[in-house]
Amino acid sequence: MSVGYAVQDTSTMLRRRMRHLLRYPSITLMLAGLPVVFLLLFVYVFGETLGAGLGGTSGGRARYIAYVTPGVILLAIGGSATGTSVSVAMDMIQGFVARYRTMAVFQPALLTSHVVGSVVQSLISVVVVVVVAVAIGFRSHATVVEWLAAAGLVTLTSLAVTWLAVGLGVKARTVEGASNTPMPLTMLPFLGSGFVPTDSMPTALRWFAEYQPFTPITETLRGLLLGTAIGNQGWIAVAWCAGTSLVCFFWARRLFNRRTV
Amino acid sequence: MSEASPPAVAVTGLRKSYGDHVVLDGIDLRVPAGSVFSLLGPNGAGKTTVVRILSTLVPADGGEARVAGHDVARHPERVRKEIGVTGQFAALDNALTGEENLRLMADLHRLGKRAGRARVAELLDRFDLVEAARKPALAYSGGMRRRLDIAMGLVGSPGILFLDEPTTGLDPRGRRAMWEIVRELVGNGVTVLLTTQYLEEADQLADRIALLDGGGIVAEGTPGELKRRVPGAHVRLRFAEPRAYAAAARMFEAAGRNDEALTLRVPGDGGVASLRLLLNALEAESLDVADLSVHTPDLDDVFLALTGRRRKEAVR
Repeated sequence: MSVGYAVQDTSTMLRRRMRHLLRYPSITLMLAGLPVVFLLLFVYVFGETLGAGLGGTSGGRARYIAYVTPGVILLAIGGSATGTSVSVAMDMIQGFVARYRTMAVFQPALLTSHVVGSVVQSLISVVVVVVVAVAIGFRSHATVVEWLAAAGLVTLTSLAVTWLAVGLGVKARTVEGASNTPMPLTMLPFLGSGFVPTDSMPTALRWFAEYQPFTPITETLRGLLLGTAIGNQGWIAVAWCAGTSLVCFFWARRLFNRRTV
Repeated sequence: MSEASPPAVAVTGLRKSYGDHVVLDGIDLRVPAGSVFSLLGPNGAGKTTVVRILSTLVPADGGEARVAGHDVARHPERVRKEIGVTGQFAALDNALTGEENLRLMADLHRLGKRAGRARVAELLDRFDLVEAARKPALAYSGGMRRRLDIAMGLVGSPGILFLDEPTTGLDPRGRRAMWEIVRELVGNGVTVLLTTQYLEEADQLADRIALLDGGGIVAEGTPGELKRRVPGAHVRLRFAEPRAYAAAARMFEAAGRNDEALTLRVPGDGGVASLRLLLNALEAESLDVADLSVHTPDLDDVFLALTGRRRKEAVR
């Protein structure tokens, strides 16, 4: 199998995935809409009080918009995992994979197309969230380099979440199962520093919040966009993303090759 | 079919188990190129497992399987270039339209834009899907899905086509349409390996049938050969005059008599040779036969006789 064929087959499968996105725009809308609802809910309903709890001199709500936006961005990324694992599971279970495997094609193209498609989908959600956040008063003084770094981190996080979701999708025995297993990913931004500082949490929860991957990612994103201190959180965030992507890549690939359909 | 041309499918001692459950217990198959070969058996007999192994989806536990001369375990890539797979377990992309599904296959076969378009248009036309071409496959009826499914398997012009239960769940009209499609494919030189649980279907389409039951092949041959292997074949003779009838009844003592209708049921194997002997004997005695018909048992009788039990499911 030549490199040319690999590229050609991957782009063919990617076109298919993009066609899916266009055919079912409601899924993309829902994936972007839900974090927007959370953003509005947290800013306008809880924002004044939560912002006051953050301390400092500026007003509660305005301050909370800045604080919560990175958390909602990660919520958008985590939430897209469900769509990914469901679409992978549908291919596995409904038999498209069986047909694909009997063809003389570049086999990794199928999962790769899901990964690229899902990353694009979650980046669309992130852009929508950022646009809405800016519209309701989110302001960043980040430089172009910082914005690019933030975009890079968001993409890397999305890649890690997507490979995990792809693995869960390949492993799922039913489409329902595939829609349930990634649920914890939607919860993780809440159980970290995404919505409130971790030191306000009870001890056991705080311990979990400080060591789970979404916290260093949130802190790094916040540092890049708002100029807060990043410290070693940046490297920890990148290590988590790269490690998860790599481990889940091999795991998903192994499952895919082994799983009899 | 010349004997010299290599078989499209050659299988020896194929074994497959899932845990303790033995699905295939050492089966041998030989499908001559250009023929229709039917694997016939009840649900759970292992038909689909055979197709999965031959189409490189599942590795066998033992034995050897060659498709178009290539070992499926060692050179799956080469096998995949020669085959088309459709049916039960291989599905379509429900989100795409019929045309998009076919275009996807054309792209994966790397036909190129113009040739791909032409092939897709040709298949849409041939499988009567032109009107539905722009509708999502999700909205297709069972018969349309099967037609699209087979069309997708044909985009790459495979020499060998695996049809896994192509008519299960179709109404009689859809079934007949599918048979026509299969006959047309074979007319164009495609080798077809067909699995079915319908005896009539195997009888209608197949050059050779292997009866698969309990993980083994219990019988193999042409539909006619299989039928002759079970008792029940006979020639029915009707006479115009009572004199000739009485004379013939004395000649064939084993025959069942119907004195009122002047008919005799002469048991035999249903073959041409025994029929000729019968006719020669009648000729020698100058007995005029008004009407003659040869009755061979249908495949239901074959199934019962060779597997020693009734099929669990009704034919229809």
